[in-house]
Amino acid sequence: MKAAELIDRTDERLHRSDSPVDTIRLFLDRIRSGELGSLPVIVGLVLICGVFEGLNSVFLSSGNLVNLLYDSSTIGVISLGIVGILMVGEIDLSVGSVSGFSSALVGVLWVNMGWPVWAAIAAAIACGAVIGLVYAFLFNRFSMPSFVSTLSGLLAILGLQLYILGDTGSINLPYGSRLVTFGQSAFVPPPIAYAAAVLAGLALFATELRTARRRRGADLSSRSVRSIAGRALLLGAVLAALVFYLDRDAGVPWMLCLFIALVLLLNYTLTRTRWGRAMTAVGGNREAARRAGINVARAYTSAFVMCSVLASIGGILASARLASASQQAGTGDVNLDAIAAAVIGGTSLFGGRGSAYSALLGIVVIQAISNGLTLLDLSSSLRYMITGSVLAIAVIVDSLTRRSRLSHGRA
Amino acid sequence: MSAASDVAADAGAAQAMTPVLSLRGVSKRFGAVSALTDIELDVHAGEVVALVGDNGAGKSTLVKILSGVHQPTAGTIRFAGQDVTVADPAAALALGIATVFQDLALCENLDVVGNVFLGRELSPFALDEVGMELRTWTLLRQLSARIPSVRVPIASLSGGQRQTVAIARSLLLEPRLILLDEPTAALGVAQTAEVLDLIERLRERGLAVIVISHNMEDVRAVADRIVVLRLGRNNGVFYPDATNAELVTAITGASENAVSRRRARHMDAAGTEGAGA
Ligand SMILES: Nc1ncnc2c1ncn2[C@@H]1O[C@H](COP(=O)(O)OP(=O)(O)OP(=O)(O)O)[C@@H](O)[C@H]1O
Ligand SMILES: [Mg+2]
Repeated sequence: MKAAELIDRTDERLHRSDSPVDTIRLFLDRIRSGELGSLPVIVGLVLICGVFEGLNSVFLSSGNLVNLLYDSSTIGVISLGIVGILMVGEIDLSVGSVSGFSSALVGVLWVNMGWPVWAAIAAAIACGAVIGLVYAFLFNRFSMPSFVSTLSGLLAILGLQLYILGDTGSINLPYGSRLVTFGQSAFVPPPIAYAAAVLAGLALFATELRTARRRRGADLSSRSVRSIAGRALLLGAVLAALVFYLDRDAGVPWMLCLFIALVLLLNYTLTRTRWGRAMTAVGGNREAARRAGINVARAYTSAFVMCSVLASIGGILASARLASASQQAGTGDVNLDAIAAAVIGGTSLFGGRGSAYSALLGIVVIQAISNGLTLLDLSSSLRYMITGSVLAIAVIVDSLTRRSRLSHGRA
Repeated sequence: MSAASDVAADAGAAQAMTPVLSLRGVSKRFGAVSALTDIELDVHAGEVVALVGDNGAGKSTLVKILSGVHQPTAGTIRFAGQDVTVADPAAALALGIATVFQDLALCENLDVVGNVFLGRELSPFALDEVGMELRTWTLLRQLSARIPSVRVPIASLSGGQRQTVAIARSLLLEPRLILLDEPTAALGVAQTAEVLDLIERLRERGLAVIVISHNMEDVRAVADRIVVLRLGRNNGVFYPDATNAELVTAITGASENAVSRRRARHMDAAGTEGAGA
């Protein structure tokens, strides 16, 4: 079929990207005009890894990577919620407190009061949902800026956490329990991990091929089978290599699988459902979304609730990882790390732009930095300064690409 | 339809039916400013009503009341024979009122397809991107749109291209009443003609159309009735055979106005040029 017959290729001003050279030129164009995508993050990650590996060769060892990815999963889940709330152009500064409160609640209900663990977890997640509902109510009913409501939430919920923990201040979760095992030593058996890697490649191939067939059937431009197969092979190979490398140590943590499953789920709902379209629209132009008949209040509510629920899940995972629920849980850099991860990964602070993958990429960058600095035995003062600078750079990149997008008409 | 009389009879029947839209005493105040006062307006199925008036006369405010963006301070709105309150834009869309806003109201971060189908995406749990893209191309071609790709963000389109997207959006819904607030203000010659044709096609399909425009030629070309607003009040109803001078007088409120003075000056300069339209 000739390209000229395709419905979406009739305009003569449109540059086709049929040959590899054209594809590269279009790609460079997009970078120049601010459509950076995840490229700067990946480049940054490679640089960071190179530097730390040069300073201490333990950094890229299988054992350390397993640890790094295990640690990434807990705050990564929290960061996913931040992606959701940033999509609608709001913010939640209390995710750290919510996560700490949830872990404390699980500790109190399960260990101190003898509830079954699943009931304690369900109760903690339900509390997260209620907190999100309160923020949404304050926002929709009183137009209270989320910056302020969640800042007061940060303090109030931290207070709650300290209150329910009482004088003891810290509850140890029983070793050997399913929850703690999940947080410390639950790894995917290698055959299953390899099968998952192959399956991921096949799934990508099948879905892209289906889309391409449908588009071709409708006389729209489509990806060639060869490029689809190439991408699927690449994905399968990269995942298999990762599994191979991690399996030289303990293997792929189940917790990482849970995190990635949540990333894929959020990515699907954001890009392929009406709900996700509504979230993007509300973040881009709230009034236009309202005039299109979208229930704007509901979009905000779902974003706030999702953010708090994911924060409480992340808090429970973190307590499983540490085998304890303490007064320190959720304080310190959890808040900043979760928000920074989303922004570093490429989700815009200005709303309407972002992707679930940015939580994954961003948290790996943050954890790589903090893990590498810990390996070098640097004081936490330096760690804070470096993480702060990375966040500042990410926000500058975000602002600059936004400006460049505006001037190149890609807002 | 072969006989012209049949068409006329149908049109007559349409006129005799209850109007699709009927406004009685609609007023709107913004604080101390009365943007609209006691507006009366009827629109029938298969009828194009042009709403004209000076800048700030209240045309867009009226459109926003009908599309649920603003709430009227007083007055009743009857739609298809029933008293209705248009509480929000979703309610207007549910009634079958589609609107092209003067400020377009598009999401710059979404692409053309995303904007055309916003809030009405096909298959909500697994978006049918192919189906939506095809339908978008069909709508755009119907408007002779010059848009190279429907997969670019709206921010990269020109003003006229955006206007075409906004018009395409309003057609998607199969509405009963369509409100066009200066739909041709940014359009090229060919696209303007396409939109005027489109308005006539909508009339033939039995839709009620309200169109706002400052271009008297366009207005007279498509409108069945011309409703003049002045300073937020009704200021006369005209038919397309009204002269420019009559319309301008109603719009500006005086036979001695900037337009007539300018014309007089030109006629003096041209010496013995005919009076013309
Ligand atoms: N949201 C608002 N708040 C306060 N005043 C408003 C608002 N919207 C419109 N107005 C006022 O109502 C009056 C009518 O405005 P409107 O936009 O309806 O004019 P218009 O007839 O559409 O003019 P134009 O031809 O310039 O588009 C103006 O005096 C305007 O200042
Ligand atoms: Mg106006």
